[in-house]
Amino acid sequence: MIEIKNVWKRFGDNVILENISATVKEGEFVTLVGASGCGKSTFLKMLLGTDSASQGSILIDGKPIPSEPDAERGVVFQQYSVFPHLSVLDNVVIAREFEKTKLGFLLGAEKKAARTEAAELLNVVGLAHMQNRYPDELSGGMRQRLAIAQALILKPRILLLDEPFGALDPGIRADMHELVLDLWRKHKLTVFMVTHDLKEGFHLGTRLWVFDKRRVDAQAPNAYGASITYDLPVGVCEQEILDEIDESLATKNQAEQV
Amino acid sequence: MKRLINFTPARIWRIGLALLPFAVIILIYISASDARLAENPQDKLLPSFTQMGDAIQRLAFEPSKRSGDYLFWQDTLSSLRRLGLGMVIAASLGMLFGLMTGALPVLNASFAPLLTVVSLVPPMALLPVLFIVFGLGEVSKVALIAIGVTPFIARDIQKRTLEIPREQIVKAQTLGANSGQIILRVLIPQLMPRLIDAVRLSLGSAWLFLIAAEAIASTDGLGYRVFLVRRYLSMDVILPYVAWITLLAFIIDYLLAQLSRFAFPWHAQQEGKS
Repeated sequence: MIEIKNVWKRFGDNVILENISATVKEGEFVTLVGASGCGKSTFLKMLLGTDSASQGSILIDGKPIPSEPDAERGVVFQQYSVFPHLSVLDNVVIAREFEKTKLGFLLGAEKKAARTEAAELLNVVGLAHMQNRYPDELSGGMRQRLAIAQALILKPRILLLDEPFGALDPGIRADMHELVLDLWRKHKLTVFMVTHDLKEGFHLGTRLWVFDKRRVDAQAPNAYGASITYDLPVGVCEQEILDEIDESLATKNQAEQV
Repeated sequence: MKRLINFTPARIWRIGLALLPFAVIILIYISASDARLAENPQDKLLPSFTQMGDAIQRLAFEPSKRSGDYLFWQDTLSSLRRLGLGMVIAASLGMLFGLMTGALPVLNASFAPLLTVVSLVPPMALLPVLFIVFGLGEVSKVALIAIGVTPFIARDIQKRTLEIPREQIVKAQTLGANSGQIILRVLIPQLMPRLIDAVRLSLGSAWLFLIAAEAIASTDGLGYRVFLVRRYLSMDVILPYVAWITLLAFIIDYLLAQLSRFAFPWHAQQEGKS
């Protein structure tokens, strides 16, 4: 479904990503891990359409990926993905209003229908009791649940998650994993999730991509970019590989800090 | 004993402490006024409260001998009308320019530098131009307020628009929104309380422009009256008028703050958090 062909990303002389190629089938759950600043978020932005490749191409169903965000690709960011001026319910309803009307205001029976639909979705993510609150009254975990509900109401084919649980407590994070896995199965989504937590990568999804630099020039650390150094089916691999990846990422991080 | 920076007075004390400076100022004024009047009952510089009360009684509750108007209320009404009209125009234009230059990069590229330059023009220096172009009537006074305040509001709203997290705008696009829907449903609602804040902040300069314009060319208005009676050293009129203007400014500010709180409850929560 998604084909990534020889994608490069450069900012001036800095090479961020080099020569990335991969194919992702419909319904896969890909987790992207890597050291901070390795370009995994940049890659996600390309899938989203807010950033573009310097070279190479990304195809969806054989067509080049649209260069701006659209309703095909839902997204949840680490923060600020919900609208603070709308109640929890309206945050979900607004997607239908965007879809169905020119100016973005639904009225009467249609509005009622959209509200019922949104309320059901909020029930699924466990926010039924918070419908009339504003996002600033919610905890971090609840806000992310809301962002997920919001992203799913229009039934996008692809869901992009940019460190969605990075700011949450471990206990809440586990709940959120359950929720995401559940929704992924139910809605048959294709998911890309960026995380800096390798364990999260192994717990979730069907496929793990590790972003790392294949070559490092100590004199010019930005001369080479990151590519996918491991592409592993989750659940099939051994503990040793995990440790190996862990170690390679750890040494990279240290090297960068020195 | 706590450190001074950790010492917060109890509520009852706080009210007392807030009123104390006002009481002190009034007391100092009364004693100074009494001392001067005891020496010379004709003294005009520090009138007693009775004299001020008489002056306002004359202006507010007795029709003027010349025109039959109740001057105090007529002045208030004229000034508030000019101020209100000027502020409505300034807020609308400021919102429009600020929003458009903040939301649309194309318009930002072409108009943001112009806006910066225009906001540096001192409005008072333009007053003669306004008098020449619009004449000495109402239009030039309203125009001075509008011209003086619009750039401030426009720049503030522009800045606030750019402060809205990019993530929200991307998110709206992933929900299928087009530019118009994003402006109507995401940007404008979030900017309304900011607009009220900007109006509150700019009311001070709006009063300044109003009184200046009225002082120079007018036939009524609070600023006109103050500058008119200055010729007769009528401190008994000037001081109550200044107090009245201050009170009006305070009430307007308070009402706007309440409006913001009731109309945009989510904004107060946000402010409380940050």
